[in-house]
Amino acid sequence: MLEEYLPIWIFMLVGLGFGAVLLTVGFVLSPHRPDSEKLSPYECGFEAFEDTRMKFDVRYYLVAILFIIFDLEIAFLFPWAIVLDEIGWFGFGAMFIFLAILVIGFIYEWKKGALEWE
Amino acid sequence: MNFDYTQLIPLLPEITVLTMACLVLVVDVYKTSKDSNLTYYLTQLTLVMAAILTIALPATETNRVFNGMFVADSMSDLLKLFIYIVSFMVFVYSREYLRAREMYRGEYFVLGLFGILGMMIMVSAHNLLMVYLGLELLSLCLYAMVAMQRNVVTVSEAAMKYFVLGALASGMLLYGMSLLYGATGTLDIVEMSNKLSTGDLSSSLIMITGMVFLITGLGFKLGAVPFHMWVPDVYHGAPTSVTLYIGAAPKIAAFALVMRLLVEGLGSMQAQWQDILIIMTVLSLFVGNVIAIAQTNIKRMLAYSTISHVAYLLLGIIAGTQSGYVASMFYVIVYAIMSMAAFGMILFLSRAGFEADSLDDLKGLNERSPWYAFMMLIVMFSMAGVPPLLGFWAKLAVLKAVVEVDLVWLAVTAVAFSIIGAFYYLRVVKLMYFDKAEDTNDFIAGPDMRFFLSANALAILGLGIFPGGLLSLCASALGM
Repeated sequence: MLEEYLPIWIFMLVGLGFGAVLLTVGFVLSPHRPDSEKLSPYECGFEAFEDTRMKFDVRYYLVAILFIIFDLEIAFLFPWAIVLDEIGWFGFGAMFIFLAILVIGFIYEWKKGALEWE
Repeated sequence: MNFDYTQLIPLLPEITVLTMACLVLVVDVYKTSKDSNLTYYLTQLTLVMAAILTIALPATETNRVFNGMFVADSMSDLLKLFIYIVSFMVFVYSREYLRAREMYRGEYFVLGLFGILGMMIMVSAHNLLMVYLGLELLSLCLYAMVAMQRNVVTVSEAAMKYFVLGALASGMLLYGMSLLYGATGTLDIVEMSNKLSTGDLSSSLIMITGMVFLITGLGFKLGAVPFHMWVPDVYHGAPTSVTLYIGAAPKIAAFALVMRLLVEGLGSMQAQWQDILIIMTVLSLFVGNVIAIAQTNIKRMLAYSTISHVAYLLLGIIAGTQSGYVASMFYVIVYAIMSMAAFGMILFLSRAGFEADSLDDLKGLNERSPWYAFMMLIVMFSMAGVPPLLGFWAKLAVLKAVVEVDLVWLAVTAVAFSIIGAFYYLRVVKLMYFDKAEDTNDFIAGPDMRFFLSANALAILGLGIFPGGLLSLCASALGM
């Protein structure tokens, strides 16, 4: 029973070792020229330390939501593309119905002006 | 891959609603005049088309397609038909109200149609994933519909509460489903019930835990005590046309959900879920009937009345017999018809800038319009369970079902609380007939609304005098 877990154990060891080696090699071999900008934490364009009650443009959320819809569709397209020769025209049609529904949503958001920043 | 395209036939109503909802969305975006009724008529046309398809393609036997994901049987046909009828009326009632509040927009109808699609999927789901999919489609549409008047404080409060509690309930339901899946290894409702009928899996701890989470989620969606907190706030806060939508058809779908999950899926665990449902029912009877007395807002009062009606609906399920399920189904359909008329009446009395949702707004309705006072009288008497109206037969059916399984004490409790509840229904009648009118404005409702509202209330009277037809329809839908 327990020996069945051996591959997982090896996998973990290799993973740990690989990560450790890469970090060490990078640390030892790379040039070190620190300055204050480089040492400060990076936080996606925001100040790292400031008041939590900062103002935030609500339009970011709209863009983010619209982005997620079309981003997740890609996660659907990859497995579909791989098995397309097995699922044939039926699979092709099913995916295009799905895409057509997405396009309707896209038409809606476009006409409603959700894509315009101003 | 070979795909049997005849599998799509039972799904034709769903496909129609989906296609039309997309079409309505696009048409609405491209239409030039803001006041045009095109969206409204297309929406109603969709419901008529779906109804014709459902009637033209009746399920003569239980037909499971898409590897058992989707089921078409006589129960799903009847429930879907009533979902179309109720939604059709809801849209008719809402029209003037929406127009007066600048909510007469395509989104209301598109979300309404997608919500109907979600209900149809809930009714026909035979797989836990499909159940969840349908439920979420409905819930997401409802959250958005509640929030449509988002600059009104009560509306945004209601929408926020509904969303947070609804999401919590969905999480509970999903967790319950995952436990059931873990224990039985299947998401298919029929397979699950087969696995449970043999061996002692149905009394295992993991199944019971999963079932408790499932019932918690269902209790939230139905609005049964102790998971009823959202009901009064959402019914009160939401625009009345949306309250009307939430109060009527989704209850039919929620009944289907209980039937599919508890009765068809976990039927062999009846001994376990019966006790939980009994406690929920007694609490709902108490809260629904007693707290409603203290309300001065009709929408809030009707929200508590919903809670008590859910309790009666659960009585039939508790009985656990075929006649009990028939009684429950009859009850939920009757409830949908009654609540539609009651909320429709509030819409009828409202006008631009004025919400007729306080009990005082009903004062002296008899002086203003004897006909509509009489309509409201029918609705209130029916909800209180006065013979020979429809509500009486529905109550009688569920009470008979629990008496048949020797739960006489439960039936007595239900009757006692319905007598307490009769007080607040009769108070409305007293206000209409014996008090002086405060509001003397004319009614703005159009002829279509007047016609359907009268037809709705008269149906309660007519079907109450001849209840046999609807009852036997329900019985045959459940194969009795």
